[in-house]
Amino acid sequence: MMDLIANLISGLSLGSIYALIALGYTMVYGIAKMLNFAHGDIIMVGAFAVITTVSMLGFPPALAIAASVVCCVVLGVCVERIAYKPLRKSPPLAVLITAIGVSYFLQSLALLIFGSTQHSFPKVFSVPTLALGALTIRGDMLVTLAVTTAIMVGMSLFIAKSRTGKAMRAVSEDRDAAELMGISVNRTITITFAIGSALAAVAGVFYGTTYGFIGPYTGSMPGIKAFVAAVFGGIGSMPGAMLGGILLGVIENLAKRYISTELSDAIVFAVLIIVLMVKPTGLLGKRVTEKV
Amino acid sequence: MERIKKKMKPLAGNLITLAIVCVLFAVVFILVETGHATRHMRAMLVPICINIILAVSLNLTVGFLGELTLGHAGFMSVGAYAGCLFSIAMKDILPMAARFPLAMLVGGLVAALFGVLIGIPVLRLHGDYLAIVTLAFGEIIRSVIINLEFTGGAAGLKGTPQDSTFAIAFAVVLITLLVIMNLVNSRHGRAITAIRDNRIAAEASGINVTYFRMLAFVIAAFFAGVAGVLYGHNLSILSASTFDYNKSIELLVIVVLGGMGSIRGSVISAIIITVLPEALRELADFRMLIYALVLIVMMLLNASPRFAALKGKLHYGALVDAIRNKANKEGKAHE
Repeated sequence: MMDLIANLISGLSLGSIYALIALGYTMVYGIAKMLNFAHGDIIMVGAFAVITTVSMLGFPPALAIAASVVCCVVLGVCVERIAYKPLRKSPPLAVLITAIGVSYFLQSLALLIFGSTQHSFPKVFSVPTLALGALTIRGDMLVTLAVTTAIMVGMSLFIAKSRTGKAMRAVSEDRDAAELMGISVNRTITITFAIGSALAAVAGVFYGTTYGFIGPYTGSMPGIKAFVAAVFGGIGSMPGAMLGGILLGVIENLAKRYISTELSDAIVFAVLIIVLMVKPTGLLGKRVTEKV
Repeated sequence: MERIKKKMKPLAGNLITLAIVCVLFAVVFILVETGHATRHMRAMLVPICINIILAVSLNLTVGFLGELTLGHAGFMSVGAYAGCLFSIAMKDILPMAARFPLAMLVGGLVAALFGVLIGIPVLRLHGDYLAIVTLAFGEIIRSVIINLEFTGGAAGLKGTPQDSTFAIAFAVVLITLLVIMNLVNSRHGRAITAIRDNRIAAEASGINVTYFRMLAFVIAAFFAGVAGVLYGHNLSILSASTFDYNKSIELLVIVVLGGMGSIRGSVISAIIITVLPEALRELADFRMLIYALVLIVMMLLNASPRFAALKGKLHYGALVDAIRNKANKEGKAHE
């Protein structure tokens, strides 16, 4: 029983990291209508930014995290401006291929700079392990859980209340109408990329803390998983991404513990397929009626 | 007359594609036979053929059916394992001339069977959902193969006879091209493209959407399986980890760069994308970086109107027109 609870909590912690990444995926999809395959690699860049600033430049952890967020935001906005903006009117598949190109680019750049070896991630925060009777919970997991929950609540409020959030919702609903209402679509898309990249940077820090090692290809698997999570919850829906991410993390962790470590990814994907068979637009996705 | 001309047009295009492929084959074959090809070049010939088969078959689903699938490597791996296991079992029973074509048939059919099984649930979906589910199936196939005993697990499958030669691979390329080009220009092919252009209109005009979507999906899976068998018989160890989603994405890149719905484009870009990383090998670590940059720049160029105008000018039809116009003008001047 204690084992189950401990596994649930570590699943929640992993799931909340997926949720952070999935939020970026789903926001970009909702607003720019593109699958940003390079999103996973932003996590890797964020984690490497922390490694460089802490180990080489000797930054204090808080400053290092801030630097990593800034670095990812600048990168995300640059990528959007250079690679995606000229393709705004192109077919979605062309944009997808460009995103794949960007992903390859970031990976090979990291490979050139940091080599193919795994770098150990510095301890940016240390929290003692919590022991409740027989139940022990790693402190960093609690921090991950707390911070990601705070970010998710903050993001929901931001989208619901702020002017920019309203603009983002308007653009995702109808880009042309939003433009006619005086919303700058380009600016909104840029802000979306900035927010998504900042979330990815934070996710990168937690991912590094949880797993301890970062390599040039570290970002691709959590990236794909977060994509799965976003689709799982209904792509384009923010609560869906959070729910999808958390469920995915919990399922993955329980499958690893109780079924098979090697097959855990296959089980996660199988659950996705079953959900999509029953609800073809994801858990919280809007049903789109087809107009003739 | 007009009608015949219209009917002839795709046929002429197909003949040009086949002619290009055959001439390329002849040139390469002569180079190899006369010993002008380096070992590196020779090692690339079969992979080029495999990628052409994969790209052309993927183009059937992505370009002609209009559905983005990210699980093509999954079908390839199923075909590869089925064909290789068949070959290993039949190694001492059948001669190579009978065994290898049979292995390809077995691989293709098993992949097609998986295509049917996966297609039933997957083809209920559309767009990005279909893409992610095909990716999921591809990953499931890979994980399961790694965890099975008889496939050699994570260590890989050893002992497959290395039967793949350039001539055989080329023959398979020709068969693939003939089948897919004829399919696309047939009544069935027109039904498939009609579904891509407007599914609801196609359904309203009496096209059985489910059947034709399944047909395209399964045929693509069949040829992916055949390509997988060629791949498996070209290497000494077949390892499931090569068939991950990156392989599917690489194939998708080939199709999109070549132009969706253009078979000739797929052939050309399959050759370029296979040769490019090898050609850049001397640059070592910069290889992938340059590859990525080329990819991004190509997509950006394709989207820019200025480049499209330039391409229009360089197109041979436009050139012919320009020369004809000039000739006409000169002719008039003489009068």
